[in-house]
Amino acid sequence: MIPAAFEYHRPDTVEGAVKIISDLGDEARVVAGGHSLIPMMKLRLTGLSHLVDLQGIGGLKGISVNGDTITIGAMVTQHELITSKDLASAAPIMSEAALQIADPQVRYMGTIGGNVANGDPGNDMPGLMQCLNASYTLVGPAGERTVSAREFYEAAYFTEREDDEILTSISFAATSGGFAYEKQKRKIGDYATAAAAVLITKDGGKCSAASIALTNLADTPIYCEAAVAALVGSNLSADDVGAAVKAAVDASDPSEDNRGPVEFKKHAAGVVIRCAIERAIERA
Amino acid sequence: MNEMIPPKSERSAALKGLGTSRKRVEDARFTQGKGNYIDDLKLPGMLFGDFVRSPYPHAYVKSINTDAAMAVPGVVAVLTAADLEPLGLHWMPTLAGDKQMVLADGKVLFQGQEVAFVVASDRYAAADAVELVEVDYEELPVLVDPFKAEIDGAPVLREDIADNLEGAHGARRHPNHIFTWEAGEKDQTEAAIGEAEVVAEEMVYYHRTHPCPLETCGAVASMDKVNGKLTLHGTFQAPHAVRTVASLISGIAEHNIRVISPDIGGGFGNKVGVYPGYVCSIVASIVTGKPVKWVEDRIENLTATAFARDYWMQGKISATKEGKITGLWCHTTADHGAFDACADPTKFPAGFMSICTGSYDIPTAYLCVDGIYTNKAPGGVAYRCSFRVTEAAYFIERMVEILAIKLNMDAAELRRINFIKKEQFPYQSALGWEYDSGDYHTAWDKALNAVDYTALRQEQAKGLEGFKAGKTRALMGIGLCHFTEIVGAGPVKNCDILGLGMFDSCEIRIHPTGSAIARLGTISQGQGHATTFAQILASEIGIPADDITLEEGDTDTAPYGLGTYGSRSTPVAGAATAMAGRKIRAKAQMIAAYLLEVHDDDVEWDVDRFAVKGAPERFKTMKEIAFASYNQAIPGIEPGLEAVSYYDPPNMTYPFGAYVCVLDINVDTGIADIRKFYALDDCGTRINPMIIEGQVHGGLTEALAIAMGQELAYDEMGNVKTGSLMDFFIPTSWETPNYVTDFTTTPSPHHPIGAKGVGESPNVGGVPAFSNAVHDAFRSFGLTQTHMPHDHWRIWKTANNLGLHD
Repeated sequence: MIPAAFEYHRPDTVEGAVKIISDLGDEARVVAGGHSLIPMMKLRLTGLSHLVDLQGIGGLKGISVNGDTITIGAMVTQHELITSKDLASAAPIMSEAALQIADPQVRYMGTIGGNVANGDPGNDMPGLMQCLNASYTLVGPAGERTVSAREFYEAAYFTEREDDEILTSISFAATSGGFAYEKQKRKIGDYATAAAAVLITKDGGKCSAASIALTNLADTPIYCEAAVAALVGSNLSADDVGAAVKAAVDASDPSEDNRGPVEFKKHAAGVVIRCAIERAIERA
Repeated sequence: MNEMIPPKSERSAALKGLGTSRKRVEDARFTQGKGNYIDDLKLPGMLFGDFVRSPYPHAYVKSINTDAAMAVPGVVAVLTAADLEPLGLHWMPTLAGDKQMVLADGKVLFQGQEVAFVVASDRYAAADAVELVEVDYEELPVLVDPFKAEIDGAPVLREDIADNLEGAHGARRHPNHIFTWEAGEKDQTEAAIGEAEVVAEEMVYYHRTHPCPLETCGAVASMDKVNGKLTLHGTFQAPHAVRTVASLISGIAEHNIRVISPDIGGGFGNKVGVYPGYVCSIVASIVTGKPVKWVEDRIENLTATAFARDYWMQGKISATKEGKITGLWCHTTADHGAFDACADPTKFPAGFMSICTGSYDIPTAYLCVDGIYTNKAPGGVAYRCSFRVTEAAYFIERMVEILAIKLNMDAAELRRINFIKKEQFPYQSALGWEYDSGDYHTAWDKALNAVDYTALRQEQAKGLEGFKAGKTRALMGIGLCHFTEIVGAGPVKNCDILGLGMFDSCEIRIHPTGSAIARLGTISQGQGHATTFAQILASEIGIPADDITLEEGDTDTAPYGLGTYGSRSTPVAGAATAMAGRKIRAKAQMIAAYLLEVHDDDVEWDVDRFAVKGAPERFKTMKEIAFASYNQAIPGIEPGLEAVSYYDPPNMTYPFGAYVCVLDINVDTGIADIRKFYALDDCGTRINPMIIEGQVHGGLTEALAIAMGQELAYDEMGNVKTGSLMDFFIPTSWETPNYVTDFTTTPSPHHPIGAKGVGESPNVGGVPAFSNAVHDAFRSFGLTQTHMPHDHWRIWKTANNLGLHD
């Protein structure tokens, strides 16, 4: 658990950081909270020789709620997500989910940007971002662009982000109606055995809008279109919920690991998804 | 009574002696982060060692090229077996009479095995060089399943001893077979089972796990070439034994070796063994002439230093139709890994597994244990239990539950009718132990009343109806356990490790002003010896515990002892402490009598002083006696007030307890929610109730981990699957339930203060309680036995196999 030697960079602007990683190419990686990258370095599973720390870039901090639009800087920590009063009213699902990530010590360091950009299927925020239909702002040598969270994830650790780009912020619309982030895990600090993010809006007894996404049930997060279709326009009856749960489970594609075999994970996922939908309906 | 003399109760309370919840004196430094652990030690010029480890579980080592590693700036040496061979240190003896490679000698036998030792000026250089050591391996077929060890074509692991038909514990029948060990009456037991009205049979597996202390293992060796003295600091649960063994294998005279155990961050058996890291740091210090530090990381600790358990216990239990047990039979297949490095007393290669008749009056029993080599790390240590007692307790407490199912009886009642009765103590067990004392019925009734057992069963029945009616997906389980431990090894006549008798010791010096220092042959790893042993002494010699310094862990100053593990400190060193205290008091009595100008027999002990019989106003306090002992010429009495006691216990002690766990299982997620845990412990005389409660909480939490998720798992290729804390379950406060603790007190009749030891009881008794609760939840659906750990997916699998998802 001793890392190989590396150069440490601490730029104070996004442009400065982009320049370092575009100049150095594969040899450099940015580090946000470091909870994924530093262990990989200690295990010598990554060959990087330049570490570009984003902690010094003030422009990557801060949560702003502007009308209906929420923008969160990439270096905002999970702890800040949990304690933000603005976020608590504009999108309460954020703190509900963040509270289920790791433990307080990790949440003081772990950032939303690192969580969504790394492409680790075990991370909780990517699924939640797909549920919220968030967009990510990426800055590279050619300038700035935005990518939808639902388009961002290609495979485990493979994303739309180019090697010389930095994910600088996340934005999504404020939520209304019911919400839930439900996660089954073996212990505090563990990745999900199965987790689901759900948003449901009701209008006159019917479901007017819904969103459902899953965490750690495939090598990328899964936005469950068929499950959403089963709910929107329905009366949210037990049968409707059952159809949505089935559609979401069918969309999952977990793999076996120490958390258990595929058959178990799909079964547990069904319970987790149902629980999230029911809680969101109660709150809607 | 003289008004000037405070009442007995007041003087007694001021001592903070036996029975006082005295605050831990250790915690001031620990809670401030000011402990002094092995990795805190920095010596001038100190070098760092790091291991090249095998990625393969079984392979020949064709060649090792260290050139690139030696070229790394800061690297001083790279040791291989070839370097150690001239010193005879490429192999070392194990505690179990086997031998173990220090560094790979031609082959590797488990993933993570030590292959080469890099020594460098700092940790980073050492780690860089480790990556550059080129090892050419030739992979060999892997043996993971102990039941396949002796089939045709099984790979032979220990080619070094393949032809030895005789091992350290008798005949070997196959190159992968280590020993067969038997206890009890085979023919008689098999006859009893053969003619029994009811027989239950099951395979009970206690899976492989690891003690995983918070602090990993490490050492700093420092060879002073000027005076020829070796100082070895390390994470040793038995510093004196390490000194003797180090002397025997290195040839350095024992007086030239000083072993120091500093603060130790948990041991739980993991720090009993002798590891290649210790040997390599010693050799590296001798070679370089500089101090050499070696400290494991977490992955190394989990994958290479001693594991625990891994017993496959095939059991048969027989009874009358009314439930009176008539016989117990057990055959255990013990997976010992690549070298037999179990830490057991020499004559007991399966430890005290023969306590497996438990708390029950079983007329005849038979136990046979076969030790097997596999391509896994060596170990087999007692993880917070006396040697293999946890396995034994789990076995009998499962077998009793399985018998209850067969008899269609309530498991609490079945236990009650089979308990050894109070009047049967001392009780001779069928497998050869003499239980010292017990009152199982009283403890059992107290426990069942405390949890309102009848109401729990009614609630469970009601819940079951609801489940069957489709109203809930939760099943309630009630886990019972009544365990009996055997601790305090042990009587030198039958307990030794590598020939070292398992006595222990205490040396006391009273200072002229009436305070004291006591040194012991044990070493605390969190048990709070500095707190509790001072309390024993306070009650024995009438000096406040706060005025007594306790010192352990430095072999140059402490009297010889066998260390701390197997709940032996209080039963053995605690006894030595009391006995040394009594020697002090005997001399103090003579001094007091002289000072009071009466005959020795005319003074009597009164809490903290000797007073003239019938004249309590005429007295000498211990403080006065201490001063006089040094500074007053007393005819016929040597100056000073010191004593030493080496205590060879006449018997083991037999703590026991009654535990009840209540949990609710969601059959779909496999999550078990523990809603209640009641633990009644009887550890004999209670020295410090607060520390006992802390010990019980800690041990129960380890038991929770083991029963509900913690395992050292290997895949079929011999790769470790749970080598980090992501997958190796260590509960946090979040996963830990609330515990209710309780006690009865049945003193040990042969221990000077009646104490039996408690540190390990909760791990021993907790595991069956948690596991029995999981089994109990499924009892009405026909489950008799499933294997731990009961993590989410395994519980789900049990439910699935029983058709509960259909």
